[in-house]
Amino acid sequence: MKKLNFALFLLIILAALGLSGCSQQNKLVLNVYNWGDYIDESVIEDFEKEYGIKVNYDTYATNEDMYVKIKSGGSDYDVIFPSDYMIEKMINENLLQKINLDNIPNFELIDDQFKNLDYDPNNEYSVPYMWGTVGILYNKTMVDDPVDSWDILWNEKYAGQIFMLDSQRESIGVALQKLGYSLNTRDVNELEQAKQTLIEQKPLVLAYVGDEVKDKMVGGEGALAVVWSGDAVTCKQENPDLEYVIPKEGSNFWFDAMVIPTTSKNKEAAEKFINYLCETEVALKNTEYIGYSTPHAKAKEMLDEEIKNDRTAYPLPEDIANCEIYKDLGDFVSEFDKVWTEIMAQ
Amino acid sequence: MVKDIFNRIYLFLIFVFLYAPIAVLIIFSFNNSKSRANWNGFTLKWYLQLFRDPDIKKALYYTILIAIISSIISTIIGTAAAIGIHSMSKWKKSLVMNITYLPILNPDIVTGISLMILFIFLKVRLGFVSMLLAHVTFNIPYVILSVMPKLKQLNKHLYEAALDLGASPTYAFFKVILPEIMPGIITGALLAFTLSLDDFVISFFTAGSGVTNLSIAIYSMARRGVNPTINALSTLMFLSVLILLFIVNKRTSKDIKEEKN
Repeated sequence: MKKLNFALFLLIILAALGLSGCSQQNKLVLNVYNWGDYIDESVIEDFEKEYGIKVNYDTYATNEDMYVKIKSGGSDYDVIFPSDYMIEKMINENLLQKINLDNIPNFELIDDQFKNLDYDPNNEYSVPYMWGTVGILYNKTMVDDPVDSWDILWNEKYAGQIFMLDSQRESIGVALQKLGYSLNTRDVNELEQAKQTLIEQKPLVLAYVGDEVKDKMVGGEGALAVVWSGDAVTCKQENPDLEYVIPKEGSNFWFDAMVIPTTSKNKEAAEKFINYLCETEVALKNTEYIGYSTPHAKAKEMLDEEIKNDRTAYPLPEDIANCEIYKDLGDFVSEFDKVWTEIMAQ
Repeated sequence: MVKDIFNRIYLFLIFVFLYAPIAVLIIFSFNNSKSRANWNGFTLKWYLQLFRDPDIKKALYYTILIAIISSIISTIIGTAAAIGIHSMSKWKKSLVMNITYLPILNPDIVTGISLMILFIFLKVRLGFVSMLLAHVTFNIPYVILSVMPKLKQLNKHLYEAALDLGASPTYAFFKVILPEIMPGIITGALLAFTLSLDDFVISFFTAGSGVTNLSIAIYSMARRGVNPTINALSTLMFLSVLILLFIVNKRTSKDIKEEKN
């Protein structure tokens, strides 16, 4: 019994070492770290076949999870997909390498309005992957007032029918923009006012929710909800009574972009991979699978008419005129933490 | 009589609270829609999708591989340690046992982060090896704790008798001690296996590029909404852990019966 166990154990160890050994020695390996469920898996296989590079594909759930891994220095990822404010933070901390855009000819296929954005002003470090907005999803059968402003979330008529996001930056951002301030404020007074506004609103709010907001809105449990545009597209497909609006005061619009961390040892392969994801066919496959908006001009043109012309997924320039991208708040983030805790404790 | 009914209702309520969420999860793994609010008919498509998803397949492969290897290694180390601890003098024994308890009481996140820092300090590349070592580390105390009681029950004269009858110490160990404590060892190994199977926190900090386990894969899907393939997967995992626990419990109750006889 014991001998058998031991033999089995040796066998497994050998098998494991053998497997990991041969896959790593023969081929160039590219380590990719992306959000969970955020790529059409067939794209990876196609890339491996076309370039003879083996892709190790891992996933994370939040920017902060990914940041811990990169910052600790124990990983060796070649391509990662952080959001805007995280890119800014990582650039400031020297965690990213400059990308040589000469190696990424497909970069010119990206729509110009998504280049040189605040988080990477000269576009030296990042290539946009997906983008979206934050706005109000409402049920047309339950709301009879026009929805075009954040103010409707403070309308007592809809008490007990409003969902807010259980996410501090988004919810405080809603209050800041309702008051006409910037999402990226570093003014304690403005933040204090936002806090009071949110506390005022609290009796009207049914719940602060996360991902489950989609099911709740589709199921008609609430009249109004703050959601991300990608989720809004999904909800509208399931329940045609729902509509999405970016309030006129402005909102947040966000980006997830591809960058190369300094831990990368294969910059060349990483650039090949980024370029591959910017090929029209590939970008189309990804945006169709994920359901978020692509910054790729040609891929967008090839989408179904219905999606392409949907202002939820692809808002018109005037819709996003007042929208802001998150900036890294640096140390001021602790003020946001404090305010959020106080709101939640009320 | 009234007391009896009350007892039953109480027990029933406990089981409802414990198992209602799992029951819902299992039911919705057969739901023909991505929604968790509406029931749109029975389907097995999420199970099919589950077995086609390369990401989940990879995670499953590493989860099981690490669970098997780490439970075997920690069983061997833990059993040896338990035997060593058992023969220590009294105060030394209680000292070492208390040290053994520490990792169990320690929050996972502390263990996870300190292991990550240790690996980085030692320049061990985070990946398969680091995750395996971490799992072995947190499994060992559980093995020791399940082998110790068996050693305490062991009649120490048995080993001496074997030596008197001419057995060499090694022979006596394999033929006398080991069969006696085998139930404890197997219980420990199964416990280690299940713990390794569902660990998230420690794995998260010690996994590296190319290696992930199911808990990490499931968690990272959270942003885009947990897809029903995860319900399907959780159902399968729940069932396999249930079966393992069933075996463990059966073994323990059998042991108790044997002792009574």
